[in-house]
Amino acid sequence: MDKFETLTGIAAPMPLVNIDTDMIIPKGFLKTIKRTGLGVNLFDEMRYDRQGNEIADFVLNQPQYRSAQILVAGDNFGCGSSREHAPWALADFGIKSVISTSFADIFYSNCFKNGILPIVLPQEAVDVLMKDAEKGSNARMIVDLEAQTVTTSEGESFSFEVDSFKKHCLLNGLDDIALTMEKKPSIDAFEEKAAQARPWV
Amino acid sequence: MSGKTLYDKIWDAHVAHEAEDGTCLLYIDRHLVHEVTSPQAFEGLRLAGRPVHAPDKTIAVPDHNVPTTLDRAKGIENEESRIQVDALDTNAKEFGVHYYPVSDVRQGIVHIVGPEQGWTLPGMTVVCGDSHTATHGAFGALAHGIGTSEVEHVLATQTLIQQKSKNMKVEITGKLKPGVTAKDITLAVIGETGTAGGTGYVIEYCGEAIRDLSMEGRMTVCNMAIEGGARAGLIAPDDKTFDYVKGRPHAPKGAQWEAAMTWWKTLKSDDDAHWDKVVTLKGEEIEPVVTWGTSPEDVLPISAVVPAPDSFDGGKVGAAQRALEYMGLTAGTPLSDIRIDTVFIGSCTNGRIEDLREVAKVVEGKKVADGVRAMIVPGSGLVRAQAEEEGLAEIFEKAGFEWRLAGCSMCLAMNPDQLAPGERCASTSNRNFEGRQGYKGRTHLMSPAMAAAAAVTGHLTDVRTFT
Ligand code: SF4
Repeated sequence: MDKFETLTGIAAPMPLVNIDTDMIIPKGFLKTIKRTGLGVNLFDEMRYDRQGNEIADFVLNQPQYRSAQILVAGDNFGCGSSREHAPWALADFGIKSVISTSFADIFYSNCFKNGILPIVLPQEAVDVLMKDAEKGSNARMIVDLEAQTVTTSEGESFSFEVDSFKKHCLLNGLDDIALTMEKKPSIDAFEEKAAQARPWV
Repeated sequence: MSGKTLYDKIWDAHVAHEAEDGTCLLYIDRHLVHEVTSPQAFEGLRLAGRPVHAPDKTIAVPDHNVPTTLDRAKGIENEESRIQVDALDTNAKEFGVHYYPVSDVRQGIVHIVGPEQGWTLPGMTVVCGDSHTATHGAFGALAHGIGTSEVEHVLATQTLIQQKSKNMKVEITGKLKPGVTAKDITLAVIGETGTAGGTGYVIEYCGEAIRDLSMEGRMTVCNMAIEGGARAGLIAPDDKTFDYVKGRPHAPKGAQWEAAMTWWKTLKSDDDAHWDKVVTLKGEEIEPVVTWGTSPEDVLPISAVVPAPDSFDGGKVGAAQRALEYMGLTAGTPLSDIRIDTVFIGSCTNGRIEDLREVAKVVEGKKVADGVRAMIVPGSGLVRAQAEEEGLAEIFEKAGFEWRLAGCSMCLAMNPDQLAPGERCASTSNRNFEGRQGYKGRTHLMSPAMAAAAAVTGHLTDVRTFT
């Protein structure tokens, strides 16, 4: 996984609430057995008409947002299914951070496994960032994971919380499985104990 | 110190390692796997040269992509779907996990097969690369959905890296009125809390109305905990749970059963347990409900009218406007006037035998309305067999329903069972998102009895006034 350090990029505004994983990547694209290549189908049904033509007013089709790396979105982003295809599609498109007042649980944790930083901020802060994002490609937002801040193009900064373990993994691009494998003795010991306590499992 | 919740107890019994910052390795007792979210995980193992840590605790079944038409033995037409199902077949065999292929009568939706085969037991930790894993919480198991990276992590280590969630109690007091079912409870709760109301929590459902539900009904309630945003939903096990589990193929037997029962009986929240949030609904006030919009929180009693967008606040005004446009509805229209084209009865929410019995009760001796396409897709091959044995299938077919083979089908329409653009469906599934049941398809969620009544009348119908 790539390391996430500081990101300076264009932010696309998506003020809709409850953007669900079916919107992010419709099920037709879940049939892949690969993790890559989903970026062209990110937000597919909102982004293209049935003939495959771009819908001009969809935010990521607008010239100033085509290379956005940050999304600023309404409440409860990523609700719905557990499909990791959603962060795969975002990452493949080039989105590295999503900012909202809240995220669905599974989506939130899936992001970290794919080098994407989901940022939770209070409504007032998201409102300011949304306004900043609306300025288009002239505005560059700065996300600093180490310092845990988001800064608008005008220099206004907001601090966010992030779990220290998740932060550590993202900053260093660490692979969870390898880290867990180091704890194998604990797992083995647990299994032995559990086999005694709950042999029917 | 206050007592423990049921969630606390199951959690504590499964922590294999705790880091200083509170990050835990949670040991996983059962890992369910289906074809859509697992190929990349198995591929990851293969690339890293890792085996499946506990193949004996891993159960694979194809469900999302499988055709549900009677001729499915001839194979899957769509190439990508076929590749995915074939990949599961190869992976299950190569890594040596338990497997129920399409040709096996026990095949079905993973969340129906698990409990049916006795894989899901009280007090367990159960995960699956599927958000509706919450279903298994009905047994007093801690069960939740995970992403594909986590599927790979569980396959490789039989653990998950987790932070503990907060505790939320959802109590449904009193008795339900006639015509009101588990589906109405779970939708009513989401209507109350919103789709983000449970974010960060594990919900325990309790109260008289929950205790009164059958195991099937409890699974329906827990299934949709995820639509309320919760990580998991739980119901404390009781005699109904134990009766359901007993004798299932993978349930403990003999002395092991006795030992298990000793522990299972302790699986309830202590009276002085601490709750971070409590929601209480009166069972007798819950009405049969339907959804009108494109989020499961867009719930109203069937007796209500389509709401006006400006009756909401904040970001929800725009969302409601968009939803009404998408759904082709006008504010003020009585919900029971909404005409439907399709009826879908099935899914891991409502594809169990009890659901089919409810449907049969409503449609016996009646006919599906002219111009309505109605299908019933049992949740597993065994549910289908039982429905046939009980004579339900005959009732369905006489009434004009399509009687299908088991799978996810039109719940998410990854197989050919899809709505056409603009088509409107009365559905017993769990999600009414845009495009969920087919591009531009329109979904109204409801209970099996309500969907059955809609099939007969051709419009959304209050099952209590249906004769
Ligand atoms: S029936 Fe629907 S919700 Fe359940 S597992 Fe299948 S697709 Fe998911």
